[in-house]
Amino acid sequence: MMVDKQGSGSPIEFRLDPTSGVPTYLQLVRQVEHALRLGYLVAGDQLPKVKDVVAGLAINPNTVLKAYRELEHKGLAAGRPGQGTFIEGTLDVVPLRDQQLLRRGLTRWLTAAADAGLDEEGITALFSSALHDLTRAHKGVIAS
Amino acid sequence: MNVIEAQGLGKRYGRSWALRDCTLAVPQGRVVALVGPNGAGKTTLLHLAVDLTKQTTGEITVLGGIAPGSDEALNRIGFVAQDTPLYQYLSVADTVRLVENLSARFDAANARARLAELGIPLNRKVGKLSGGQHAQVALAVALARHPDLLILDEPVARLDPLARHEFMGTLMAATVEDGISVLLSSHVVSELERVCDYLVVLAAGRVQVAGDVDDLLDTHRLLTGPTEQAAAVAAALPVVHERRGERQTSLLVRANAAAPPPPGWQTAGTNLEELVLSYLRAPNAAALPGPSASTPARRVEVGAS
Repeated sequence: MMVDKQGSGSPIEFRLDPTSGVPTYLQLVRQVEHALRLGYLVAGDQLPKVKDVVAGLAINPNTVLKAYRELEHKGLAAGRPGQGTFIEGTLDVVPLRDQQLLRRGLTRWLTAAADAGLDEEGITALFSSALHDLTRAHKGVIAS
Repeated sequence: MNVIEAQGLGKRYGRSWALRDCTLAVPQGRVVALVGPNGAGKTTLLHLAVDLTKQTTGEITVLGGIAPGSDEALNRIGFVAQDTPLYQYLSVADTVRLVENLSARFDAANARARLAELGIPLNRKVGKLSGGQHAQVALAVALARHPDLLILDEPVARLDPLARHEFMGTLMAATVEDGISVLLSSHVVSELERVCDYLVVLAAGRVQVAGDVDDLLDTHRLLTGPTEQAAAVAAALPVVHERRGERQTSLLVRANAAAPPPPGWQTAGTNLEELVLSYLRAPNAAALPGPSASTPARRVEVGAS
């Protein structure tokens, strides 16, 4: 087996999905958040060096800087002058047991939706719309 | 500082103008994509910047006011011509040695280290290298001159996707390491979309779009809605390009994301390829910095058939 030697010694390696339509910098931000949630990244870890990321993905350095700035803005990472960017915060991790319970509830709902005749795209649209409303309602609560 | 500045620049070959009334300022420290269809004048503009040809009208300066072709400009600008021409019968090592002897400042150790890192055999004849390795040798030699500005004419046009990716990766890493400004041309926008942060679109010998990529994307929206309202909506907004179906019409307009769409219309962001193609299809529309940036692009009349 060939192992791609991007051998930067980083805890994670970024990848890109050119067809997702998600801006490149946002893909990087989400991968870090995802890795934090799953425990691949913990506080004190160094994020891949900008030079290694741009060499590996062939993207503009500003894209990586923008992603790292966004992570700093979210309080998840901090730059250390002359060293790089390091993980600072953590994302709220929901305990595995709770996640399983939530998943069971969701599966029940999905089954009901499929039984009602919704296809995958219909389900996604309904879910996104409900999530959107919920997020908006939450923002309203915070603002008032 | 601007790495390239042109004022009313024009170049005529015989009776036809390859470049006409070109006014342009390319800022320092950017990766600039120069795009446009074949024959738009990209190569002519690049050749004027490196003094491989002389203009018919107007002026061009490089690196903050220096004349192209002056000793200083030659020393501080690297140029990789179309198809990365190198001597086929020289070995890679001899190519490095040749450039070392011909250049005022050349870091041969840097070139050899880069080539070793890429696994390119120094003793092989250049003509025996793969297309990707050939391009990498040209790039390594250009980078080892430690230019402040590196100009590349269609550098990846003939490379396969993997070689293309590796070439761009090497180039992007070099911009981080050495802080060089890069200007590269291509007739394929998608090739440069993730690499560049500044865009210049040339069409029919004129500059049609110039600006920061994020700014351009932030100031253009794609509106979709019923065709029966399209004329009214288009009259109120600066439209770059429209695609009209019998029932549904999409309009690429100059507006930012915060602007609410007309009632019943959907708004979405655009991407670089769509933006460039829209402008190329609408030769009378332009997005240029400076005083003209605040004025909306001229409306493009599209025959409603």
